[in-house]
Amino acid sequence: MAETKNMILNMGPQHPSTHGVLRLILELDGETVVKLTPEIGYLHRGVEKLGENLTYHQFIPLTDREDYIASLSNNLAYCMTVEKLLGLEIPPRAMVARVLLTELQRIASHLIWLGTFGLDIGAMSLFFYCMRERETILDIFEACAGARLTINYFDIGGLRKDLPVGFEKQVRDFIAIFPERMKNDYERIFQDNKIVRIRTEGVGIISKEDAIDLGLSGPLLRSCGVPWDVRKSNPYCGYENYEFDIPTGKTGDVFDRYLVRMEEMRQSLKLVQQALDRLPGGAFLADDPKICLPPKQKVMTEMESLIHHFKIVSEGFEPPVAEVYHSIETPRGELGFYIVSDGSNKPYRLRFRPPSFVNLESLAKMAEGKLIGDLIAIIGALDPVMGEVDR
Amino acid sequence: MTEFVIIMLVKMFVIFGAVMLTMTYITLAERKILGYMQIRPGPNRVGPWGLLQPIADGIKLFLKEDIIPDNASKAVFVIAPAMALIPAVMTIAVVPFGPEVSILGRNVTLFMADINIGILYIFAVSSIGVYGIVLAGWSSESKYSLLGGLRSSAQMISYELSMGFAIVGVIMMSQSLSMVKLIEAQKGVWFIIPQFLGFAIYITAAIAELNRTPFDLPEGESELVSGYFTEYSSMKYAMFMLAEYINIITVSGIVTTLYLGGWHGPVLPPLAWFVIKLLIVVFFMIWVRATLPRLRYDQLMTLGWKILLPASIVNILLTAVFMTVFG
Repeated sequence: MAETKNMILNMGPQHPSTHGVLRLILELDGETVVKLTPEIGYLHRGVEKLGENLTYHQFIPLTDREDYIASLSNNLAYCMTVEKLLGLEIPPRAMVARVLLTELQRIASHLIWLGTFGLDIGAMSLFFYCMRERETILDIFEACAGARLTINYFDIGGLRKDLPVGFEKQVRDFIAIFPERMKNDYERIFQDNKIVRIRTEGVGIISKEDAIDLGLSGPLLRSCGVPWDVRKSNPYCGYENYEFDIPTGKTGDVFDRYLVRMEEMRQSLKLVQQALDRLPGGAFLADDPKICLPPKQKVMTEMESLIHHFKIVSEGFEPPVAEVYHSIETPRGELGFYIVSDGSNKPYRLRFRPPSFVNLESLAKMAEGKLIGDLIAIIGALDPVMGEVDR
Repeated sequence: MTEFVIIMLVKMFVIFGAVMLTMTYITLAERKILGYMQIRPGPNRVGPWGLLQPIADGIKLFLKEDIIPDNASKAVFVIAPAMALIPAVMTIAVVPFGPEVSILGRNVTLFMADINIGILYIFAVSSIGVYGIVLAGWSSESKYSLLGGLRSSAQMISYELSMGFAIVGVIMMSQSLSMVKLIEAQKGVWFIIPQFLGFAIYITAAIAELNRTPFDLPEGESELVSGYFTEYSSMKYAMFMLAEYINIITVSGIVTTLYLGGWHGPVLPPLAWFVIKLLIVVFFMIWVRATLPRLRYDQLMTLGWKILLPASIVNILLTAVFMTVFG
């Protein structure tokens, strides 16, 4: 018999299904993946180092560019860490608005995931239906902040500006149409499809123990049957006062990840509804003139506010010497920020724990021994965002 | 004799021209229909309703730089697209678009040739097209192309078999291999009714043979970038595309002939009926593309060998039993 040699296929960084610039070095025996080595770093921008040279306020826009699919969640994680460092109280309106908007962001992010996952396994139409609903959410964000992708709406101490006029109607309109769209346009065309089932069921299984050992988080971990969600286990923003469930899977395969994310969208919608019903009036930004920017009206009319504005913008504020870590549940899992403050106006060290980076480590474990087609489905179900992985 | 040659030449140009024109507009129709199914307008910039889009596409492809990779085996790389395109065009010769009609006092048949082994001819010729794809994959010296070529060779062999078996039922009922005789045999009942199983197998296998969703593994974009034609550009790429769309017409024509009663139908002239049925089959293929995801390689093989092939044999047996019993 002739000697056979495995083929090395360099998949990515430019490839239609590596979700950005992930590079996978595959050793293939026919179509079977024998060995998989992920190579990251193609989107490295040195954000953590940049953070050491920017004031606390100046860093917020950079968090948008990490997990760009869910930029509000990143804003929130960073702002909450800084608030923890300062011991700042957040007005109730801002708290509720933060929950509301990040849950909308979670739906938008899962919609992108669903659409691209469909594309990965070849279902083209689903993508466009998902984009249609995501568009509605982006319109809400646009009304709030003026931006759609890199939203940059949360500020240290609350929101950058108040919720816009007509916000409630926009959100209610979305709540009214979304469940029906989910049922008719996504589940009926996708979930009930025989080909989708055989492509996803029993593919990319990872055991509960392995998932915990690898430090996975988010839907990936919950699909293995571990009901772990920062919103429940370590509530922030008043999540303890809301009623919602943490969906979990049974087998930990790709189809379970799909089901978990679909159910999460439903739960997020429930949270949006609850938050909207209890949205209080009042201030949207904490009343601390040394930290929070004063409203433009006051800057133009009051000497005091003008000085504060100038001080905050030009040199920022100086938090106490401390180390803090705070994490939240983004659509992809646990995102934590770790800030070391030396008492100056810039962090001494800023580091974060991106969920995608940790989740990506499970790729080799899930895909080795599987076919290329499976590998694509597994990457799709992993939902990595390379901006976050490479930082 | 001269008259015969002239008639054949005219027919050749007319049929070839008509097929090429239909083909270019099927690309537009595909994009438009996909567009409407996916809540977007589809091409609408070039001409009204995007009607000039195929021409713009053609010009664009023609003007693109023609790249041959350094490591490619050049001769094979150049021949491969032609090997895909020529058989595609050749099969049209036996597709019967209509019966004999009288034009300018002469009896003219609306097909190039009615050879007595029509179906075998189609199978024989379209099998050559596979070589185009396989050779394109092998000669490109690209790993994605190679995988695409491998996939297509395996896929086409497995599906050609069930395709061949599926039509045996039709041949048994019509007692002929000639395409025209097949249509004449369907004067009363279209074969789609007695041969529904065969029809289902045939159309599934035909979609697989055409490399279309859900069997588009040789070019599966999300896996193999573009599969066997990853390295192709300009007119060579266009030739693969031409072959693919001409094959869609041919396959739709064969389905119409074998199962949908060919040109039979009330009121409208036969040619119109044939074209309508053909377009319905084309629409069905586009519809499938908008709906279904892609199968995995091993699942595709399982479907071909373990489901379609036994089913087509069962179909032959059932047909034989019914024909013996009901005579």
